[in-house]
Amino acid sequence: MQLVLEKRAERSNTIALVSPLIAIGLTIVTMTILFAILGKNPLLALQAYFIAPLTDGYSLQEIAVKATPLVMIAIGLSLCYLANAWNIGAEGQFLIGAVAGSWIAVKTQGTDAGAWVLPAMLVLAAAAGALYALIPAICKVKFGASEILTSLMLVYVADLLLDYLVRGPWRDPNGFNFPTTAEFDPVATVPLLIEGGRLHLGSIIALLVVAAAAILLGRTIKGFEIRVVGAAPRAARFGGFNANQLIILTFAVSGALAGLAGIIEVAGPVGHLQPGISPGYGFTAIIVAFLGRLNQIGILIAGLFLALTFIGGEQAQIAMKIPLDVTKVFQGILLFYVLACDSLILYRFKLVFPNRQVARGAG
Amino acid sequence: MRKSLLALAAGLLLAGSVSAASAADKLKVGFIYLGPIGDLGWTYQHELARQALVKELGDKIETTYLENVPEGPDAERAIEQLVRAGNKLIFTTSFGYMDPTLKVAKKYPNVHFEHATGYKRDKNMSTYSAKWYQGRYIQGLIAAKMSKSGVLGYIGSFPIPEVVSGINATILAAQTINPNIKVKIIWANTWFDPGKEADAAKALIDQGADVIMQHTDSPAAMQIASERGKLAFGQDSEMIKFGPKTQLTSILDTWGSYYIERVKAELDGTWKSEDSWGGLDSHMFAMAPYTNMPDDVKKIAEDAQAAITAGKLHPFKCPVIGQDGKEIECKGGANLADGQILGMNFYVKGIDDKLPGK
Repeated sequence: MQLVLEKRAERSNTIALVSPLIAIGLTIVTMTILFAILGKNPLLALQAYFIAPLTDGYSLQEIAVKATPLVMIAIGLSLCYLANAWNIGAEGQFLIGAVAGSWIAVKTQGTDAGAWVLPAMLVLAAAAGALYALIPAICKVKFGASEILTSLMLVYVADLLLDYLVRGPWRDPNGFNFPTTAEFDPVATVPLLIEGGRLHLGSIIALLVVAAAAILLGRTIKGFEIRVVGAAPRAARFGGFNANQLIILTFAVSGALAGLAGIIEVAGPVGHLQPGISPGYGFTAIIVAFLGRLNQIGILIAGLFLALTFIGGEQAQIAMKIPLDVTKVFQGILLFYVLACDSLILYRFKLVFPNRQVARGAG
Repeated sequence: MRKSLLALAAGLLLAGSVSAASAADKLKVGFIYLGPIGDLGWTYQHELARQALVKELGDKIETTYLENVPEGPDAERAIEQLVRAGNKLIFTTSFGYMDPTLKVAKKYPNVHFEHATGYKRDKNMSTYSAKWYQGRYIQGLIAAKMSKSGVLGYIGSFPIPEVVSGINATILAAQTINPNIKVKIIWANTWFDPGKEADAAKALIDQGADVIMQHTDSPAAMQIASERGKLAFGQDSEMIKFGPKTQLTSILDTWGSYYIERVKAELDGTWKSEDSWGGLDSHMFAMAPYTNMPDDVKKIAEDAQAAITAGKLHPFKCPVIGQDGKEIECKGGANLADGQILGMNFYVKGIDDKLPGK
């Protein structure tokens, strides 16, 4: 007797809905065992990870703050991936957006610039992110260069540019040579939504982005083109859809969103430009996009869920003295199960009994 | 089924409240760490100090730490999480936590904060640091004595005053032994990245350096120097096990007594915001045993250590000549003023390198 994976005749929509739940269930079982081995009460630990952060307003705000850049970037990436365009460089577009927007903040520092500063920063950041994303897109369309490689490599260019600027020309003159700009003026800062909290306008913008993407993909011809080009390239060609044009478009949109996320993070929670403004948001967003199955609502949920594991991980460290490494193991196990369970959408388990198989073959 | 779930939930709640009650009468002290506690350098030394604190005052306090907290958008949240978990005294142990600590401090005026190596303070936010340049001066003397090629290799982290003053103190000391001493500097632009630090050490040795010094936190450079048969200084912690025949000495961050003193003040209700900048005469840092050197070099090092501790020797004794050959204005009487050292952004004469961002 053996257990084999058998390809399904067609993808199972039931499993597609249920598989994330199975994955979470398996993760909880595995973590329970792990906590027990570590000598921690598994119920208290799981409570610290999943329940405690959802029970007070402060943690809910922090989850939203953490999820905002992830969701915004992942929505853009999902458009690319749906159209079979592989933008891996959202991290770079995020940084370039942050740099471009900060330029206005740095140049208007200490002047009596008006309320136009923040909107101008947002627009410039989005434009810069889009232009930066167009480099790999155009190289792909014109020269057939792999957009995966070029977009990834441009991440390091952006990182070094930011590094140069905050160490050199934009360095805070009163900052004792430390690589950071001065704190942005109030007009160059993303407004907070709740007094004394950290929830900021960026979270609203992220929700608007989710809604806009849902409308684009669900209700417009452009959205239809994106999905067809990705799912059935030959059919799309026969339909007269221009795949190259869509690569350019989706790259530009995802670059703009990543750039916007970058300046919102800098002008919001951080308050100044410095190296290390992104703890890998652009890469984590790739995971968010796929966890959310490239679906807008899915991405919103996935972004919030991943944020929950970060906040919960910190609270578990504080409340239960569970090491940070366990949180990382936890995130890894979760992704592992999600991917493993996804294979059940196209495959199913089957028990095979060798002798019966022969009999069936004979019949 | 539902009943058993309810019972379980009730049990959870009870368990939670019981543990909260038993901890309520103890002072909660929190720590934010930059690296993992196993970095064997900067964070490790803070962790050792926390352990010393627990050993000394464990019956009166409960400590909590968050490790590997990046100096970016997550720092403010991590600090605030500690506040919300009931910590009344919080040590944020890296320069980059300065603005996040200040923000949280303004928000919670009844919680006290201690920020390492920064320059912004508030009613409820102290700063603390050590005069490591004194240790660097001793290292400079040893390095000049021990170097055969006359070229020292220096791995810098970030060109902030703490690091720049360390380089200057090293060179000023080395010049008293060998006026023609050369130093090669590589900026790693990180505090902790064993791969980068090892690469920097290799590059420095390839450029002729035979004594490696570092202002980064991992023992990687020590290991490379050991492999290549060169000499090196440890950083932050005792690194002799990574180079038994390599380590000359190491500047050891010994925060324990400061942490104990500050927590005692908090317990007594006498804590107040201040700026502590301790040298060899305090217990903010110490020198590891002088090893792998002849007795005469050891004596020079020990004499210098005694003179600095007694206040008879100051590494930045005037006149200090800048890289351009002009004398630096002496604002502290016989020596450079503390403010000049804390804000140092120039090289002294004899350093054949350009300070980044100058």
